[in-house]
Amino acid sequence: MKNRASNIFHEVRVAIRVGWFLALRQVRRANIWTNVLVIAIMALTFLNLVVVSGILVGLIEGSVKTIKTHYLGDVFISTPKGKNFIQHSQDIVKTAENIPGVVAVSARYLEGGIVEEDYKKTKKPGDSGNEVGTNITGIDPDSENRASDLARLVVEGEYLSPDDYDQVLVGSLLLKKYLDFESPNFPVLERADIGTKIRITLGGNTREVTVKGIIKSKADELDRRIFMVDRQFRNITNRFDYNADEIVIRIAPGVDSKAVRDAILATGAGAYARVQTAEEGEPKFVKDMKKTFNMLGTVISSIGLVVAAITIFIVIFINAITRRKFIGILKGIGINALAIEIAYVLQSVFYAILGTALGVAFVFGFLKPYLDVHPINFPFSDGILVATLDGTLLRVAALFIATLIAGYIPARIVTKQNTLDAILNR
Amino acid sequence: MKRKVVIDAENLIRTYKSGDAEVKVLRGLSLQVQEGEFVSIIGRSGSGKSTLLYQLSLLDVPTSGRVFVDGVDTSTFSEEERTRVRLNEMGYIFQDYALVPELTAEENVVIPLLMQDIETREARRRARVVLEKVGLLHRLKNLPNQLSGGEQQRVAIARALGHSPKIIFADEPTANLDNETSLVILELFKQLHKEGQTIIMVTHEREYTAETDRVIKIFDGSIVFEGSPKELRE
Repeated sequence: MKNRASNIFHEVRVAIRVGWFLALRQVRRANIWTNVLVIAIMALTFLNLVVVSGILVGLIEGSVKTIKTHYLGDVFISTPKGKNFIQHSQDIVKTAENIPGVVAVSARYLEGGIVEEDYKKTKKPGDSGNEVGTNITGIDPDSENRASDLARLVVEGEYLSPDDYDQVLVGSLLLKKYLDFESPNFPVLERADIGTKIRITLGGNTREVTVKGIIKSKADELDRRIFMVDRQFRNITNRFDYNADEIVIRIAPGVDSKAVRDAILATGAGAYARVQTAEEGEPKFVKDMKKTFNMLGTVISSIGLVVAAITIFIVIFINAITRRKFIGILKGIGINALAIEIAYVLQSVFYAILGTALGVAFVFGFLKPYLDVHPINFPFSDGILVATLDGTLLRVAALFIATLIAGYIPARIVTKQNTLDAILNR
Repeated sequence: MKRKVVIDAENLIRTYKSGDAEVKVLRGLSLQVQEGEFVSIIGRSGSGKSTLLYQLSLLDVPTSGRVFVDGVDTSTFSEEERTRVRLNEMGYIFQDYALVPELTAEENVVIPLLMQDIETREARRRARVVLEKVGLLHRLKNLPNQLSGGEQQRVAIARALGHSPKIIFADEPTANLDNETSLVILELFKQLHKEGQTIIMVTHEREYTAETDRVIKIFDGSIVFEGSPKELRE
């Protein structure tokens, strides 16, 4: 038994050696353009596996990233169901600020209100487009910017400063000039722009304010809001209890958001507020879309993998079929089928390694860094390329397994043929 | 002195299907080849001489009958076992040289040696020895398409010799060569024979049998003559 195993091991070792000898020379002395073509096909197949699904997932990730960066923060505290605001907001803010790893905390005050333009003109019956219902948000501009990088979203005009009074930031989806479509269900301000005076009605009080800046984030939660300095907001709404509606917490890189959430909950804040990590606070439709796009990505990757396997199969099969006579001759002079099969498998592995290496170099050396800096401008998100090391290695492994099988089967088919028939080409 | 029998074919029958018809190419043919013997097999096209060589060299399996190689019955051997016997006991020279196009002259000779698990450096050394023997030491690194027909056939002979087989089978080795080159190849066979190599050669040129020990003439799948070249001439 031991002797038999040793013989098999010896045969396999010799077959690998001869297979390597043959494969190396077959690849080295093959037509250069054939090699280039096959390697290009492998590289494109790899890109198909990684990039298509990566961009699909990145489409949503871009949106999630925007929401997390500019709206939810790392930990998001919101008003619990049945309550109008977060009780003891200032205690929670102070607690959060003292948790190690927290770099910024911002309290937001929210109130439904109405924004009007051209309010000095007499309205005629049927006039529309100059009055919009929206959420008006009071913020401390400095805290908010540290917590949500809001200033970066200003596409026109300027960001708020703490001393601003009667100055607002308007979300782009409230302005006609930023909306690609018209819908009666989606009212917008027709003419408002930087410097325009608009009137806000908040908690029964009206106030004339000037548009200081316009923000655009591709996150509806922000782009349909109006931001003003919290001090003035509280004056208009008579909310002097300092109880906020949303509290955004930004933590340092590497800090566990769950630990911060738990530290806040440990103070009993859960009784007054909903404390969630950004992931937990993601809107359900985003979670559903993530799942959907992940599934789509997996389906597309699987199809890509099958296409890759078929491509390699065809390449190796054509190679083996056109060299059927020489495979017969090799068997004729005593080279066993296993060595010949290994030669073809090694050829496919060579193509897979070079194609994948090219693909990896292109994705991680150029495409991903480029898209991180210049995201694809999709209508609802800035699409990035999601290509994790784990995911990529998994795809590389899958591609290799597909390649091994696709290289082996045609070689096996040809080596299985009668030796003499192969030699005589009949 | 009676020499050892290295090939013993018993009652070989080989039939092929051609449409609905069955063509009998070998009709119960028996022969023995002794160690160190140079045997030529002649016959007209379609007589069955190449088919006989395929059976003797285990490239094909007879429909019935048995082939003993060095006293071992090969009739129950699997394809893998036949391949192993070809590697260890036989060298085969094809009519059209049949060199592997991606391998240089030296590599074509080396490959069966590697399959015998001979260390690469030693395999190359042995390849050089046999290539020198066939006068091609200066063509080691040339690919087959860079060699003339005669040179390719000499590489094929070197490949058949490289792993020191017991028997060399040559299937019309001069068929694609001009007369002058054919004589060079035959001279090589003559030399090998002198060194004690067993050779079984199929040829359709009667004059090339002159240097062989025994001539076997096949007609319609049967042996119709078996004797020395002199007896054949007479």
